[in-house]
Amino acid sequence: MRLNKILKNTLLVLAACLVLSACATKKEVATDIKGQMQGDVYTGTDTVEYLADGVPDRVFFATNESILTTASRETLRAQAAWLRKNPNINVVLEGHADERGTREYNLALGERRANAAKDYLMTYGISSDRITVLSYGKERPVDSGSNPLAWSKNRRSVTVKAN
Amino acid sequence: MTKKILILLFILIPINANALIEVDITRGNLNPLPLAVSPLSIDEESRKSFKKILKKENIGSEISNIVESNLRTSGLFNPLDKKAFLQAPDIANLKPRFEDWNLIKAQALITGKVNYVDDKLRVEFRLWDVLAAKEMMALAFTTVPNNWRRVGHIISDKVYERLTGEKGYFDTRIIYVSEEGPKTQRIKKLAIMDQDGANNKFLTLGNELVLTPRFNPASQMVTYLSYFKNMPRVYLLDIETGTQEVVGDFPGMTFAPRFSPDGKKIIMSFAKDGKSDIYTMDLENRIVEKITNHPSIDTSPSYSPDGKYITFNSDRSGYQQIYVMKKDGSDVKRISFGNGLYGTPVWSPRGDLIAFTKLHKGKFYIGVMRTDGSGERLLTENYYQEAPSWSPNGRVLIFYRETKTNSKGEGFSAKLWSIDLTGYNERQIKTPTDASDPSWSSLLSN
Repeated sequence: MRLNKILKNTLLVLAACLVLSACATKKEVATDIKGQMQGDVYTGTDTVEYLADGVPDRVFFATNESILTTASRETLRAQAAWLRKNPNINVVLEGHADERGTREYNLALGERRANAAKDYLMTYGISSDRITVLSYGKERPVDSGSNPLAWSKNRRSVTVKAN
Repeated sequence: MTKKILILLFILIPINANALIEVDITRGNLNPLPLAVSPLSIDEESRKSFKKILKKENIGSEISNIVESNLRTSGLFNPLDKKAFLQAPDIANLKPRFEDWNLIKAQALITGKVNYVDDKLRVEFRLWDVLAAKEMMALAFTTVPNNWRRVGHIISDKVYERLTGEKGYFDTRIIYVSEEGPKTQRIKKLAIMDQDGANNKFLTLGNELVLTPRFNPASQMVTYLSYFKNMPRVYLLDIETGTQEVVGDFPGMTFAPRFSPDGKKIIMSFAKDGKSDIYTMDLENRIVEKITNHPSIDTSPSYSPDGKYITFNSDRSGYQQIYVMKKDGSDVKRISFGNGLYGTPVWSPRGDLIAFTKLHKGKFYIGVMRTDGSGERLLTENYYQEAPSWSPNGRVLIFYRETKTNSKGEGFSAKLWSIDLTGYNERQIKTPTDASDPSWSSLLSN
């Protein structure tokens, strides 16, 4: 099992090296994808902004999913702690989808993603009165690219200060 | 805008039921019917009067150009080159020399005449069967000069109906979303145009995001989604008066609106707590009814033309699929079972088919299936396309497609396209800006 995994990783690295050496212009893209996605969930920090020191503003989702990853839950716990410390701040959770879906379904999916984040904040003591959910579906991507990495950055729920 | 100003003045000769030429529109038409559209003849005085009013050199030719272009675009007819015509328009309209038209292989001939009468535009036209050497139809209209394009569309509809046995779709309009700017900050406006792309007009300024406009099949009302004040809500817009109002009082996002076939209700989705359900609102008494109640996403509802059933999109099986239920929400049945995801079901105005968008292995398809899900047929495949809308006669679908503008897959362009139900005759509809979310109106005259 373990050996298998090591072998697999070595192969992946080898493959990546091949890609890198084979095509110099593709270098950036190849390293990007490798370091910035797990499965098809974005794990990078390119687009992330901070509500406060150590409090990232957004969480990312897998294709067609609204399940929070371990990293997302960590981000939301930091947001909840920050919100508890700042009881006068209200937030809007903006839910988004990538462009690879029909418009109306994606509006609903964005709403579902933002609600997943809202539910988690509520279990950490944030009152629903302080949270508004707003879905943009696929209307407001952060990355206009049409590739898996760009789509992963766009599948997100962003916590925005409302006041 | 103009309502039904057009008056059907008189029918010169009643329609002959035993047509000789007939066009079969149920097959993909690889041999469009060759016909000749002789320019409508016009006397010099009328020509000058219309030139002054409409700034068109020869309004007779302009109207026949519209007829010619409509018939060609339908894919069912092949209008012949005017340079080959042997007979002058005015004489042809009196009594065509059928041998001459036969010689250039025209099977049907359209002739006519335009007059300026009491500040009005009077148009008469005739449809001739060349092989049988017979008149098939003759009609005359009188209207205000500004309606000249509509006269061309109505003639096209009459010819189409006479030769195919089905209603036309040329005297219609399309409402859509005009798009400009980078993808991350796209500016969207409601826009409306004639079916052939003429008379384009913007209905909103682009200050707020607008999506999915849909015509009321019974009037010139439109329902759409607007992010006015950053609150996504379904709105109702009267395109005659410009007045608009929010539909219902929902504590959250309403979206995916459509009218019922009688135009008296709006059916839409309401999203709350991560689930979207389907609701209707009666426009007369404002009564809201909840139609579906399921923890899944239920959206994109569309009524059957008799109003008894609703097709919609749900992910209750785990992924987006198409369902049909009774109008009260009972008897829900899944109808899509092919590979991939299915969305945006739209019931045909003829009642027999449901058009949809399908996603499979990174491609988007526009397709149709019977209302029980059988007979799935994919009409067109592309990188990205969605949102089919039916022509009022149920023979053509309009949709939008996004394409990449360079080989690296960067940049994009969104355009409206139409395709026949047969899968033939795919065409781009020209719009001044990028465009999406088209909705086809009913026939304006009838």
